[in-house]
Amino acid sequence: MSTLRRVLSRVRSFFSKPPLDADLEAEIAAHLEMAIEGNIQRGMTPLEARRQAFIRFGGVETAKYQQRESRGIMRLDILLQDIRYTVRSLIRDRGFTAVAILILALGIGANIAVFSVVNTILLRPLPFPDAKQLVWIAPPPSKCGLSCATYSSDAYDAFRAGTHSFQDVTGYFAFDTADNLSLTIGSGAPIQATSIEVLANFFQLLGVQPAMGRAFTAEDVHKGAAPVVILSDAWWRRQFNADPAIVGKAFDINGHQTTVVGVLPRSFDFGAIFSPGTKVDAITPFSLDVGRNWGNIITFIGRLKPDVPLAQAQQDAAIVAPHMCNNNKVAVSCGHYDAVPVTLKNYVSGKLRRSLVVLWSAVGGILLIACVNLSNLLLARAAARSKEFAMRSALGATRIRIVRQLLVESLILSGAGAVGGLALAAILLAWLRSQGSIALPLLSSLRIDGTALGWTLLIAVFAAVFFGLVPGLRMAGGNLQETLKNSGPGSGSGRKHERLRSILVVTEVALACVLLVGAGLLLRSFLKVLEVDLGFEPQHAAAISVDYDTNAPTNEGVLLKQAQIFHQVIARISSLPGVQAAGIVDYLPLGQNRSWGLPFPKGVRAPDGLNAEPLVYVVSPGYMHAMGTGIRGRDFTWDDGPKSTQVVMINKAYAHFLANYAKWPEGSAVGQVLNDGNKDLLVAAVVDDVHEEGTEGDTGWQIYYPITQNFPTSAQLVVRTTLPPATLATSVLTTLRELNPKQPAADFRPIQALVNHANSPRQFFMLLVATFAALGLTLAALGIYGVISYSVTQRTQEIGIRMALGASTSQVQRSVIAKTLRLALIGIATGAIASLLVSRAIAALLFNTAPTDPIAFAAMVMLIGTVALLAGYIPARRASRVNPMVALRNN
Amino acid sequence: MGESKLDLLQGTLDLMVLQTLAAMGTQHGYGIARRIEQVSGDEVLLNQGTIYASLVRLQQRAWIDAEWGISDNNRKAKFYSITDSGRKQLEKDAAYWQRLSDVMGRVLAMPPEGNLS
Repeated sequence: MSTLRRVLSRVRSFFSKPPLDADLEAEIAAHLEMAIEGNIQRGMTPLEARRQAFIRFGGVETAKYQQRESRGIMRLDILLQDIRYTVRSLIRDRGFTAVAILILALGIGANIAVFSVVNTILLRPLPFPDAKQLVWIAPPPSKCGLSCATYSSDAYDAFRAGTHSFQDVTGYFAFDTADNLSLTIGSGAPIQATSIEVLANFFQLLGVQPAMGRAFTAEDVHKGAAPVVILSDAWWRRQFNADPAIVGKAFDINGHQTTVVGVLPRSFDFGAIFSPGTKVDAITPFSLDVGRNWGNIITFIGRLKPDVPLAQAQQDAAIVAPHMCNNNKVAVSCGHYDAVPVTLKNYVSGKLRRSLVVLWSAVGGILLIACVNLSNLLLARAAARSKEFAMRSALGATRIRIVRQLLVESLILSGAGAVGGLALAAILLAWLRSQGSIALPLLSSLRIDGTALGWTLLIAVFAAVFFGLVPGLRMAGGNLQETLKNSGPGSGSGRKHERLRSILVVTEVALACVLLVGAGLLLRSFLKVLEVDLGFEPQHAAAISVDYDTNAPTNEGVLLKQAQIFHQVIARISSLPGVQAAGIVDYLPLGQNRSWGLPFPKGVRAPDGLNAEPLVYVVSPGYMHAMGTGIRGRDFTWDDGPKSTQVVMINKAYAHFLANYAKWPEGSAVGQVLNDGNKDLLVAAVVDDVHEEGTEGDTGWQIYYPITQNFPTSAQLVVRTTLPPATLATSVLTTLRELNPKQPAADFRPIQALVNHANSPRQFFMLLVATFAALGLTLAALGIYGVISYSVTQRTQEIGIRMALGASTSQVQRSVIAKTLRLALIGIATGAIASLLVSRAIAALLFNTAPTDPIAFAAMVMLIGTVALLAGYIPARRASRVNPMVALRNN
Repeated sequence: MGESKLDLLQGTLDLMVLQTLAAMGTQHGYGIARRIEQVSGDEVLLNQGTIYASLVRLQQRAWIDAEWGISDNNRKAKFYSITDSGRKQLEKDAAYWQRLSDVMGRVLAMPPEGNLS
């Protein structure tokens, strides 16, 4: 009780120092005066009375100190004193402080930003309740694109009924294209947006509660149910001005009055998780029955029962999948499925793990360089302050007190650096959040959370100890007398300092070298990716989604009608000034795709168990020309009608594969006849291999069907122009509107943007690593400059003597530069060896670039060598300008 | 003259202050210090200043109270007085000291080994 009271009153005293001190002051003054008075009364002279009073009192300051010690918290007082002193001395040394905090802010800021990215993508669970239970269920990767990665309605029902490890299974329709939704409000022009169709239990399974309204129910997909839609938070804000009464309102969507039943919470972004780098504006319910005969269309997402391990679910799926049928009514469609559940987290971010780890290591390297640099700066400062410390030590400061003060100094520096770093990271993350087109998942939810703050604290303390330790130990371990005596330049301890500083600089250069080589290799890979022949020419072309209505009683009627519409569209667009070519396709490259089976040379039996099919594109005449894809043979024409010979075009890889089986002579695929099981298909042309699924992988097989004989899923009009594509946007849209007033205001998207989108993750990582490498190089250059410049200052007198004895300007310069080169070369050599090891670790991230790529290595070594020379040249110049007379006079 | 004076044992000053206040009633720091010196017959080595650390300790334990007032010769001074809990503590501590000094007295009065009669 009384102990507690004492602690409390001590704490209280700690916070009310000034009044308590004033009180004590007055009390002691009264005491002394009473004592003097008393002494005078006892007959002493005033002078003697005063003297005696002070003698009896003892030391006034000692008494005050003792009283304060019993009263408050002395340790904290000392700490505050240290902090005050440090802040004062840092403010006095403004240049040093600014540079130190800047270096730390850059180092720590880069670390916080990258940690936040790593945390968001890799470490944090997905933004769903019990996200660990969520799994992505798909077959192992195969050669036939999305059609082989999805399942049919019948397969879905069989899987859901047959497995026991899942609470439930849901999915979404995998073939929705961008801008597939056309919204008409009142009599306004139609507005284009992107929607995704999901199964009715999608939101329940993920555990997503709409912010307003309700999720879908089973009734929403019943036959004849009224059309409903759920809006994304972003679209609701942008398109509907965040109307709080939106739920229940109906709009014309794709020609149907559709009721808004809900608005999604801001935290749920379909694109951020399932299709990074694209925006999804609305979600509509998908009826399994409607898609019953569409083949493979649904992706599976499951939620494991509590405590069911993934391996058990995998076994479960492996037992059920082989019994599933594409179509229950077609016996031969059974038994071809495979299903492997993986955690949804792994599906979303698994492939990024390696890149992120590399990125993380790179910023770790930056932090190390920053620390080494700071160590160096502090060493220089400590050298300048060694006399101050020796003096304090002589005046009675204990060694611990001095080390503690140095530690306080580094903690304050790193604390300020961390604050600056947080600000930098916040800016960087805000920028990244707004980069909607980078194909990385979850970017929109990037933020500095509690974990990131914890990480910040950790690295700030680590940095403080790391960079404060060396100078601290050096100071504390120093011999007091020696330091006080050691006044002249060129004396022992100065040399020792210099050796230590040289080691630090070599470390820095080596680290920067590793970073640079890594960045160089990634840069080379990126350039190699840009050089890839995509099979089409992305420049000077753009695409727009075309609305068309093909309501006709018969299939043939539809075909004729759509052919007429598309023919007219292409004719009108082609006649616009600046348009070189125009054509229509249903799926643009590097987006979605599908397959329709494996057409094989007529009369040749396809081998069993091939598990590969060509990707299917329905295209108009002129499409290949508009895309810039090379053709051998004849293009489709508008005369390839429903009744004439069925024609196709195939790509070189597919032609080569078929030729092997059919024993076609090399290069003679054009004119051959294929059969898809129902009908014959004449190969009208062989076209270039197109990178359909990604810019980096192999090109697969592709087959093109004419839009005059087949049904496209959508119509993407591709326009090739001599002008910048953006300048055509208005005239193209106006023309489309003239032909079809219902044509929505869709985006005119450059084809190059598709390629950039596909390359964006690689570009993102490459740019970040390159930025960090540049930062590392700058810091290393600063380090070299600091050391050389310091040693020149230290040796001014020596240089003066040399010059007085006849050394020439160039000799002095040469000696300084030689010193720089020696440091740089040792650093580069060490760094190059380390780089060889590191580059092997990142080999998997490289594209067409050997981990030992001589160009990357040579370029980086040259770069760092040049920068080192520059950093050394400035002090060398200064050294050569030393005026011997001045140098000798000054000490 | 210093050598002949008694060094104060740890904690004894607090007890002296408490006893002084209990005996004299309200008193200021100078008065307490003088009183201790007088009673001890100038045998204790007491820097008067050290009394203030003791006073603040006792105050924080709520064994004494303090108040600014006017001294006999019209001087502003801080006056201390013992509290009830201070009196209780004094009783306890005094009893303890009495026992300790009795024991010390007995032990030190122990005759040398051979002289047992």
